[in-house]
Amino acid sequence: MRDDRQKGGLDFVAGKGRPLTDEATIEATGLRKLFGMPGHETIALEDFSLAVAKGEFVSLLGPSGCGKTTALRILADLETASSGTARIHRRKGTDSPSNSMVFQEHSLFPWLSVIDNVAYGLEMRGVAKQERLDRARPFLEMVGLAKFANHYPGQLSGGMRQRVSLARAYVNDPDVLLMDEPFAALDAQNKLIMQQELLRIWEKDRKTVLFVTHAIDEAIVLSDRIVVMTAAPGRIKRIISVDFPRPRNAAEMRADSRFGNLSLDIWRTLEEEVLTARAQADG
Amino acid sequence: MARSLTPPVARERIVTILSPVLLLVVWELVGRLGMIDARFIPMPSTILVATWELLKSGELLTHVGATLYRLALGFSIGTVAGIALGMAMGLNRLIRAAIDPLVAAIYPIPKIAIFPLLMLAFGIGDGSKIAAVAMTVFLLTTINTMTGVLSIDKAYFDVARSFRSPRRKLYTRLIIPAILPIIFSGLRIGLGLALVVLVATEFVASRSGIGYLIWSSWELLLVDRMFVGIICITVLGICFAAILKELERRLTPWR
Repeated sequence: MRDDRQKGGLDFVAGKGRPLTDEATIEATGLRKLFGMPGHETIALEDFSLAVAKGEFVSLLGPSGCGKTTALRILADLETASSGTARIHRRKGTDSPSNSMVFQEHSLFPWLSVIDNVAYGLEMRGVAKQERLDRARPFLEMVGLAKFANHYPGQLSGGMRQRVSLARAYVNDPDVLLMDEPFAALDAQNKLIMQQELLRIWEKDRKTVLFVTHAIDEAIVLSDRIVVMTAAPGRIKRIISVDFPRPRNAAEMRADSRFGNLSLDIWRTLEEEVLTARAQADG
Repeated sequence: MARSLTPPVARERIVTILSPVLLLVVWELVGRLGMIDARFIPMPSTILVATWELLKSGELLTHVGATLYRLALGFSIGTVAGIALGMAMGLNRLIRAAIDPLVAAIYPIPKIAIFPLLMLAFGIGDGSKIAAVAMTVFLLTTINTMTGVLSIDKAYFDVARSFRSPRRKLYTRLIIPAILPIIFSGLRIGLGLALVVLVATEFVASRSGIGYLIWSSWELLLVDRMFVGIICITVLGICFAAILKELERRLTPWR
């Protein structure tokens, strides 16, 4: 297992000689996030502590408004925590960023061609034009869109756009990929195909991933561990290991009886949170 | 059904050029058949002769040159200043709070109404006319640019921040391309307004320019010369609009 993780792929630099799984890449301790004016704050996130090992795929699963995206955004440095610490441990000897985010739909720049979108992170780091195009191209091939390099995002379907988004994050070669419901806006079939794609790409080099979703089946299909969150204020309710062997097949997994049992188990954990979240939204 | 093999874009352009030509042909025919009084509405051929005479004497070039100069300079100044201020207002709450009421107050004033004021400030020469054009375009562009900046999807800023965009790239790769379409739609409206204002100022206070040509010909009842002026300003407007359209096509190829 461990050896697999070091093999192949896109410049994955493993910590020398150290067992990979012992190394926490993402470390969040006691995160708390308040929103709103002083005196009228609402708590979005409460006592959120999580360690994600190098090469692990972890999902944050919870009802809408439970703070799972907030946790992700704090790790991405797009928000600051009200208290607690969030750290991403860097590997040494690289100038690539600690994290790259795969956003929900419509995060590609409509005015940049597909290849320029993929190369965006490199451009921001000051990589010269020819070099960044050369480096971006294999990743566009990786997501099967080499032919669309010079198209604009507006000419692509939703699924294709999310592939580009995935390539954009991968080119950056970050220590950690943070994904914020990247497939939420896709229809059921495209969602399945994208899960399949993500499995295929991820299983090649196993980057550390924190994946936010509200879909139980998606979390099971993709993750090593699922972190179930409560309704607001978001806390971690339960952490579930998903022991399906890899490489996985997103479609076949669903036919497995263990998949059904696991998803029912998770639903029972989640159900009251969803009901609470609904009551909150109505109230 | 027979279908043209010309690509739609080219066909569109041909139509754009052909429609005024067609109008001229109809006009000439109507004049020759005596259906309209040639003393008040001369035929295109008469106007053509007048055009030729004005060209020969060098007058036409002087007038067109003067108008073109004022329009181009005023338009450019107004656009650049408007984009700069509009961006500052869009990006900075304090600047927006300070300047928004001023812009809102000045915008509805017909620029021709404050033209005397502009003449006091910029003199009775080109300066005041350029200023009138610039102000017209400037206010419109300011408002459009600000609106454009404010309506940029926050998600794009998240992406830029997540990928650690340097400040300069934030402008060149995000803000400017995002607001270009709305700026262009503002400039198209601005062009029409600018022509109105410019011709009006040339009517009342000028010894040159197409507006002056029209007005002085009217005063002497040289109707054919007047029409030369009207046609010149029309052609100028069409050319400017075409340049804008071409610029827009090149600068916003994703649209």
